[in-house]
Amino acid sequence: MSLLAAVLIAALLAGVVFVVSAPLRVARRPPEPDSAARDELEVAREAKYREIRDAELDYRTGKLSREDYEAVDGALRAEALEILKRLED
Amino acid sequence: MADLGSACLLLALAVCAYGIGASLYGVRRGRPEFSESGRRAVYALAGILTVAFVVLEVAFLRNDFAFNTVADTSSRTTPAFYRAAAVWSSQEGSLLLWAWLLSLWASLALFLTRKRMRDVAAYATAILLGFGGFFVSLMVFYATPFATTRPAPVEGAGLDPLLRFPTMMIHPPMLYSGYTLCTIPLAFGMGALLARRVDADWIRATRRFAFAAWLFLGMGILLGARWSYSELGWGGYWGWDAVENASLMPWLTGTAFLHSLMIQEKRGMLKVWNVSLVLATGTLAIMGTFLVRSGILNSIHAFGGATLGVPFVTLIGVLIAGSIYLVVSRRDMLRSEHRLDSLLSRESIFLANNLVLVGLCFVIFWGTYFPLISEALTGREASVGPPWFDRYTVPLALVLVLLSGIGPVIAWRRATLANARRHFLLPAGCALLTLLVLLAAGIQEKPFAIAMFCCGAFVFGSIGGEFFRGARARRAMAHEAVPVALLALVRRNRRRYGGYIVHIGMAVLFIGVAASSSFQHASELGLSPGQSTRVGAYSIRYVRPTATITPKYDAAHTGSTLSLGAVLDVSKHGHHVATLRPSEGYYASEEASQGSVGSLIGGQPVSHVSMDAGLSRDVWTAIEPDIETPTLQKIVSVGNRTLPPEDAVVAIGYLARAYLQHPPQAQFHFIVSPLVMWIWVGGLIVFGGGLIAIWPAPSVVRSRVRTRLRARAAHGLARA
Repeated sequence: MSLLAAVLIAALLAGVVFVVSAPLRVARRPPEPDSAARDELEVAREAKYREIRDAELDYRTGKLSREDYEAVDGALRAEALEILKRLED
Repeated sequence: MADLGSACLLLALAVCAYGIGASLYGVRRGRPEFSESGRRAVYALAGILTVAFVVLEVAFLRNDFAFNTVADTSSRTTPAFYRAAAVWSSQEGSLLLWAWLLSLWASLALFLTRKRMRDVAAYATAILLGFGGFFVSLMVFYATPFATTRPAPVEGAGLDPLLRFPTMMIHPPMLYSGYTLCTIPLAFGMGALLARRVDADWIRATRRFAFAAWLFLGMGILLGARWSYSELGWGGYWGWDAVENASLMPWLTGTAFLHSLMIQEKRGMLKVWNVSLVLATGTLAIMGTFLVRSGILNSIHAFGGATLGVPFVTLIGVLIAGSIYLVVSRRDMLRSEHRLDSLLSRESIFLANNLVLVGLCFVIFWGTYFPLISEALTGREASVGPPWFDRYTVPLALVLVLLSGIGPVIAWRRATLANARRHFLLPAGCALLTLLVLLAAGIQEKPFAIAMFCCGAFVFGSIGGEFFRGARARRAMAHEAVPVALLALVRRNRRRYGGYIVHIGMAVLFIGVAASSSFQHASELGLSPGQSTRVGAYSIRYVRPTATITPKYDAAHTGSTLSLGAVLDVSKHGHHVATLRPSEGYYASEEASQGSVGSLIGGQPVSHVSMDAGLSRDVWTAIEPDIETPTLQKIVSVGNRTLPPEDAVVAIGYLARAYLQHPPQAQFHFIVSPLVMWIWVGGLIVFGGGLIAIWPAPSVVRSRVRTRLRARAAHGLARA
């Protein structure tokens, strides 16, 4: 093995150890509160907004009748509000 | 530098093992610092494999034949352009490319999700490192790219001439990017099941990667088809070869997933289906790699040795068993949150589209793997050919194209029959008009092709109408000019309209396939200079032979020693259309038994296709010259006896001159195919539409929309 290769391998090893061990070298933080439920609600909220927008586009492009659009839109808004309420809680 | 490469592989293996352990320990014991360390192990893996890849690439570019891989797949006479690509023509190099691309994509995915879904991401990290560790293990224990021989050979065997084609520079990286990207949704899907978080968050986090996998895989497949058409001397772009099929299957299930994920995002439905599709897509991607790399196939695309079969089968077995266990054990959590509101809804059309796509995948899976399983059990070689595949895939493809036109005009949740009927008028009219035009033009045979043209017209009408109505609605709201309204429409609804453009591209592509496969004229015959033949409406005359000696580098950078060809004059109704120059390249071989002259041209001859490509048709030609004539063989045998290797090229000069002076009859393959160009144009449209759909919406717009919708939702609450 050439000297250059040995130096490069040592440098690579040191770099890897430095990068990988960085989180273990800092003082242990208290575990963060579980945000899974909130994340889930935020995803649902975004999806609901997108659905409201899609329904509006469907209506404006004539794919939904006015009655259907009002029914779908009303239901979607109610669902969105439910999600917003749960997020606020 | 081989030592550095080998050390990189060992270090990579250690990093994978550590990262898997740290991620699992972190998530199971609630120690986020270990999960974070595991994530950083993926970044480290990417860095290490980048160094390893650079070491191998440099060895190829410097003609370092001490590396066995370089000696086996490159040579000094291989043009530099192709030496750079030769890395992935070998078994070892392609495994390194796979692992390297996986580490890069995995790093990107984990970086983008570093602040979300920490539990799911920790499991995904362990799974991705498991894949990385598997491929690094193959390189450490079975096929190392850094094996060396001392003293180094003075010359290498050279790159397979069939691979000396520009698209081969990007076809494998595209395909491998697709395969490796498929593992990211798989890892996150499995992570979601393991963490028992089966909401749409993991789908949202990996949606772009699923789309990118689909895009890369699709482009890789198309580039492969282009290579087959332009380089291989058989004139086709798809032969239902097992390796082609292996790349198509994950693309099909990936397409199904990209549609059905919208239903889960919007309605919380199809959770079992979606997670199953993701797991199937990832597993099929690994199976695709297995087919190419295990050595079980005898295919132009298969480069593997037989040693990798057992590890791959083990991995696939673990993946399938693990997937089934996870889905079955989490079935209660995967229940749908809603039911279909109406059979006439976009959800229903997506479901139908999913069934057709999975049906297509099943047919191709059966046709690809059944002969292999049958052969393994009975010992008899078995295969099914294109007619078998066509029998089942053509009707399914027709339904798929039709559905891609129906879906866009049906609303989400529920659509009224009256509205649907109104929106179907234009597409149905386009389809009917197409049918009438075809019948009036006397095209009555080939019912499947005619049906495909009509379905394609239906899609154009349907999507065209969608763009028209969308722009009209936009204009009514914003009072913009038509082009501005169209641009704004697409910009604000990238996924929807990007997807529509993809549908247009697929319809164009399928029309190209239907036309070129159903209405082509082909002829294989022998011609002498001065003779002519007719192919379809075209007359092709063999004007004169050509011969080019290229002892080192030829103009086309293919590296052939001798190239024999023909000048062909193509005319239609007496008018000159094109002059074509097909040729066949003769390459040097490593077999000394062929003699000093014979070995200069004794390698695998490769056809160089010449074609006149146009929007309405391609005239495709290939030649197979006869160099086995007594006159030419006598020159070779005399040269072998009298000329030392350094002077042997002199005899090649005599051979070329003799061929030009007394040209023997040459075998020609002529094909006139309509609309082939549209296959590639369709592919580009798909690519463009895919990019639009995948491109992130501007954050400003997003936040503005969010604010407005929040206000609307609040208003809705007040109303309620």
